[in-house]
Amino acid sequence: MSKGKVLFKRYRIALMMLLISLAILLFMPEIGANVFRLTGENLLEMASVVPPIFILLGLLDVWVERETMVHYMGAGSGLKGTALAFLLGSAAAGPLYAAFPIAAVMLKKGASRRNMFLFIGAWSTTKLPLILFEAASLGFQFTILRFAFNVVGIVTIAFLLDKSLNAQDQAELAEIISKS
Amino acid sequence: MFTIILYCVAGCLLALSFFKDRQKTKAALRKAWKSFENILPPLLTVLFIIGILLSILDAQTISSLLGAESGVIGLTLAAVLGSITLIPGFVAFPLAASLLRAGAGYGQITMFVTTLMMVGVVTLPLEIRYFGRKLAFRRNGLALISAIMISLLIGGLIA
Repeated sequence: MSKGKVLFKRYRIALMMLLISLAILLFMPEIGANVFRLTGENLLEMASVVPPIFILLGLLDVWVERETMVHYMGAGSGLKGTALAFLLGSAAAGPLYAAFPIAAVMLKKGASRRNMFLFIGAWSTTKLPLILFEAASLGFQFTILRFAFNVVGIVTIAFLLDKSLNAQDQAELAEIISKS
Repeated sequence: MFTIILYCVAGCLLALSFFKDRQKTKAALRKAWKSFENILPPLLTVLFIIGILLSILDAQTISSLLGAESGVIGLTLAAVLGSITLIPGFVAFPLAASLLRAGAGYGQITMFVTTLMMVGVVTLPLEIRYFGRKLAFRRNGLALISAIMISLLIGGLIA
């Protein structure tokens, strides 16, 4: 396959979305304009957050020894590893999909699966700036209750996800991760 | 604010890395670009879907759907809306607050906010790319179950 064909194949679904958006713009100009405004805004937001994240990822991949990651967040890291996974996830900002590549590198470098799941869970719900904002909008009682239940939920999900993988699943995951 | 700190940290570490080892820094940047280019196609798709969804389901629509209904139907609607939409927290919390004032239940609001953050239907292609189909589906399924339990608890606790 030529290079152009490969490129087209990879981006074909994105191109389809672009065509759908253009069709909306043609038939429902107001909604269509909104689609492009929102997509543009999100694209800009992503473009502003993404470069440092991927640079950090690259540096992490090149400089951090596997042994270091195993030591701090590996299978034998115990409660300290758990706390570290939670702290790293909570200190983050940005949408959940930004957490996936980071989590993948952590796993590739030897963090335990459970800690990686905890990191994703913490990133999704217990982000510190958001908690403060939630309390300001929805009240302290609501926020504290939701936070407490969420911590239980995140730990349970991480535990169950890890336990649900049999040897073959684990091998498959390692394979996917090694390619990312 | 966070973004500025992120840029500073990345910049400093990059400079330090460059100072210590040029070859390794080059390799790091190559890896950074490769992993970014790797997720660009699904990322663009996701951004378009979010744009289309949020244009059709504006805040007013969401508010009227959730404010009027309650009970299991409201909870289900909240779960569906929260799972398929992708609104940043800084928009979602004020929206949730206005929904509460408009008469929505705490359970429904909890469901909306919790699924919004933990369950991602439109980002599934991305998640599958990184963790495989099985794990991505399981994580989202468990997150949904967790959201249902938390919503019922909070709906019962805060009357």
